[in-house]
Amino acid sequence: MFSLGDLYQQVIIDHTKSPRNFGKLDPCNHDAEGYNPLCGDQLHVYVQVNDSNIIENIKFEGQGCSISTASASLMTESLKGKSLADFEILFDAFHDMATADLSDAPDEEVLGKLAVLAGVKEFPSRIKCATLCWHTLKSAIDDAAEPARTE
Amino acid sequence: MMNIEKIRGDFPVLHQELYGKPLVYLDNAATTQKPQCVIDTVRHYYEKDNSNIHRGVHALSERATAAYEASRETIRAFFNAKSSKEVIFTRGTTESINLIASSWGGANIGKGDEILITHMEHHSNIVPWQMLCERTGAVLKVIPMNDAGELDMDAFASLLSERTKLLGVVHMSNALGSINPIETMIQQAHVVGAKVLVDGAQAAAHIAVDVQALDVDFYVTSAHKMYGPTGVGVLIAKQALLEAMPPYQGGGDMILMVTFEKTQYNDLPHKFEAGTPNIAGVIGFGEAIKYIQSIGLHAIAEREKTLLDYASKQAQAFEGLKQIGTAKEKACVLSFVLDGVHPHDLGTILDREAVAIRAGHHCAMPVMQFYKVPATARASFSIYNTEAEVDALFAALAKARDMFA
Ligand SMILES: Cc1ncc(COP(=O)(O)O)c(C=O)c1O
Repeated sequence: MFSLGDLYQQVIIDHTKSPRNFGKLDPCNHDAEGYNPLCGDQLHVYVQVNDSNIIENIKFEGQGCSISTASASLMTESLKGKSLADFEILFDAFHDMATADLSDAPDEEVLGKLAVLAGVKEFPSRIKCATLCWHTLKSAIDDAAEPARTE
Repeated sequence: MMNIEKIRGDFPVLHQELYGKPLVYLDNAATTQKPQCVIDTVRHYYEKDNSNIHRGVHALSERATAAYEASRETIRAFFNAKSSKEVIFTRGTTESINLIASSWGGANIGKGDEILITHMEHHSNIVPWQMLCERTGAVLKVIPMNDAGELDMDAFASLLSERTKLLGVVHMSNALGSINPIETMIQQAHVVGAKVLVDGAQAAAHIAVDVQALDVDFYVTSAHKMYGPTGVGVLIAKQALLEAMPPYQGGGDMILMVTFEKTQYNDLPHKFEAGTPNIAGVIGFGEAIKYIQSIGLHAIAEREKTLLDYASKQAQAFEGLKQIGTAKEKACVLSFVLDGVHPHDLGTILDREAVAIRAGHHCAMPVMQFYKVPATARASFSIYNTEAEVDALFAALAKARDMFA
């Protein structure tokens, strides 16, 4: 059985208490709101993507539990300077990790520090807390594909 | 004095371990556990009497019908309704309110009319009225509350007018525990000619309700919060109102005579019970009411007050804990936030200590908005909870606080 310590690792507590890249990003060319009605988590993700599809800057704001705050904080840290193609790879890897079988080890080579969130899969009601920021970022970036929003 | 050990013995689910620790169930406002007698009654129905009601002439159908109607009588007596015609079975509080909004509201609410609710309503007593207002052009007004979670009775008085057609008020708030002064509110609302709907989902298992003495127009509740099955509840309403209301749903059981030209509706209460109902649920509901009666609401209220006082004292002394909802009149609910630990994390950490609480907005988002919190943690008590369980709650909270220290 997983213990609470697997979920609330020190890294997560640390990111909860002092989230990185927290606040509004102004200017930014994509942003989106994410919302988890189950627990009332609210998240706003802002990204600045340059012409070469590199995430130049990324920030988030919102109210959430430690898992959703730490996950967003870790996500922004890991994506700054990465390409949108890298984002897609990490999105899939993160999603796989959060929903994998308990026995599957996370792909630390791809995920790096994000692997500390692997413990959520033992806590089904908390998986959405961890994935909310990724879905929010995806909708921010996907909106950008719509011509009306392209700058 | 109540014998708590004996009562605990009545509830099989309580006697289990989670993660190697004894279960401490403090999520009673979400749903209560079921005593053996209710489980046995439902089981007996399926094992011996299962059949459809109000239609067969065979023995099983007659037994099932008799048990179903006996439940109606038990529930009528419990709430002191004038007649069993005033007791309509539904899927629960939510469906009861939707029935009123759709049937009574559709026939009686028009443009410019006002529907008055309170700031502490459950979503089920907000959304159906918003939907009705959208359909009809009526206006939804809200009675404010103070920081303790008590309704502002002066504001209530000034919001009442001839335009007020309905007052919808929760008897006991699930998010705060506040017990509202429904008796005076009903009187005041009646002075301006408004009808009154009381949401008794939380209250009915804790407070004696006499619908005739209250002169309440609509009283609604759910069985599952009163030791009965899920998916069944009741609407109790004055007969004259129900007679005048159009049916809510059409189908079997609610008709006397159907031709393609015209349908003649059945008498009360069947007019509002279209289709095969939750027969086992209704029969179990009746048994749950008998269980409450066997202990007595007076003894229940006294015991639950002792327990809430015990828990509130510990809450006050607990560093970093802020109670949400400190009304003078309250019962069974300890809603709170803890500095530095989000309620959702508390829920998970407490779960691993085998302490079941609710974390979230409790289907009362406007209450969260009022206190400017995204969510609260809520421990809610019932007759089978003990002081030792309250101690386990606070020991688990201390662990959570240390984890985030
Ligand atoms: C005050 C209040 N009203 C209404 C409801 C809705 O009850 P149900 O979900 O049984 O329809 C609840 C249950 O959560 C409640 O606590």
